[in-house]
Amino acid sequence: MSKELTVNLVSADKPIWSGNASMVVAKTAEGEIGLLAGHEPMLAILAPGMIKITPTEGPAVVAESLDGGFLSIERDVVMVVVRNASLVS
Amino acid sequence: MGAQLRVYRQKIKSAKTTKKITRAMELISASRIQKAQQRVASSNPYTRAVTRAVSAVATHSNISHPLTMRNDNPKRAAIVIFTSDRGLAGAFSSGVLKEAEALSSKLRNEGQELVYFLVGRKALANFNFRKRKFVQEWTGGTDLPEFTTASAIAEQVTEVFLKDIADGGVDEIYLVGNQFVSMMIQEPKVTRLLPLEVVEEEASDSHEVFPLYEFEPEVDKVLDSLLPVYIENRIFNVMLQSAAAEHAARQKAMKSATDNAEKLISNYTRLANAARQAEITQQISEIVGGADALAVVSED
Repeated sequence: MSKELTVNLVSADKPIWSGNASMVVAKTAEGEIGLLAGHEPMLAILAPGMIKITPTEGPAVVAESLDGGFLSIERDVVMVVVRNASLVS
Repeated sequence: MGAQLRVYRQKIKSAKTTKKITRAMELISASRIQKAQQRVASSNPYTRAVTRAVSAVATHSNISHPLTMRNDNPKRAAIVIFTSDRGLAGAFSSGVLKEAEALSSKLRNEGQELVYFLVGRKALANFNFRKRKFVQEWTGGTDLPEFTTASAIAEQVTEVFLKDIADGGVDEIYLVGNQFVSMMIQEPKVTRLLPLEVVEEEASDSHEVFPLYEFEPEVDKVLDSLLPVYIENRIFNVMLQSAAAEHAARQKAMKSATDNAEKLISNYTRLANAARQAEITQQISEIVGGADALAVVSED
């Protein structure tokens, strides 16, 4: 795979995780969504739940968001913005 | 020991004690500025992301959301004043209160009624002293703001904003708080929170063209959940800025207090030395005079 996503996961008081990833799975207000490189620009509201990031290297990163947030993707840059979240693994 | 000398020694001692206290406060503030600034810095990515998202939505839809609707003839305005809990920080709190006062008289001249929300014990003390009314106050923890406090404030002001004017609602909401410009300069600043004008933090970002986003769910719903987050974030940002400014102001104030104490100590030391010398001189001349008198008596 040639393309990858640049992911930034930030919470209200600090950045939580950032790096390159091949896939991001999150739970939006309407259901689960999986993002791969080349996704069209989108802005979605996240429901409370797990956010799973599959980095290009290393094990999967899982974060739990307690009261939701939102997610935006454009030109393969993903911003996951959650008010209150912590890494689970 | 002469009375004058004793008074000087006492004054030196008291100045030394004060100096110890102010020096300690200066050092504590100096170490906390770093931390406060770090908190501002680490909340920046979130602020940028939220601001960007709101601007993206705003540019792609003709937003007509209750939170952005402007009333051309505002009747009532709310002012949220951010001060510190503790004093000894120079003009930190009084500067903000003065700025709020200036804003109040400006809005009053425009024919608006005013309601106040207070953050920090100093604002509360000021309002209680002047027997002025306020809607709600939040005290405690201004030097280390919690996000939950910001949420509580945001919830409260949004609720007041969405209420009808007849039921005590407001048309505009202003935030007055200190802004951290540099270690030496902290300025009171007024920002209008509601109705929202989406401000770009960085000038370079504003020329960027946003791609056509797909929204999930619909634009209205996205905006519904984004705007409260944005408001909350703006308030939290003001609180963090104010905390950093508070520490900087206190450090500055305590530094000059320490310097003044030092000056006092050296002045009093000089005076005490002079008094001691005068006392010695007087004693010598008394002894000499006494010896002379005795010599005259024995010659007779």
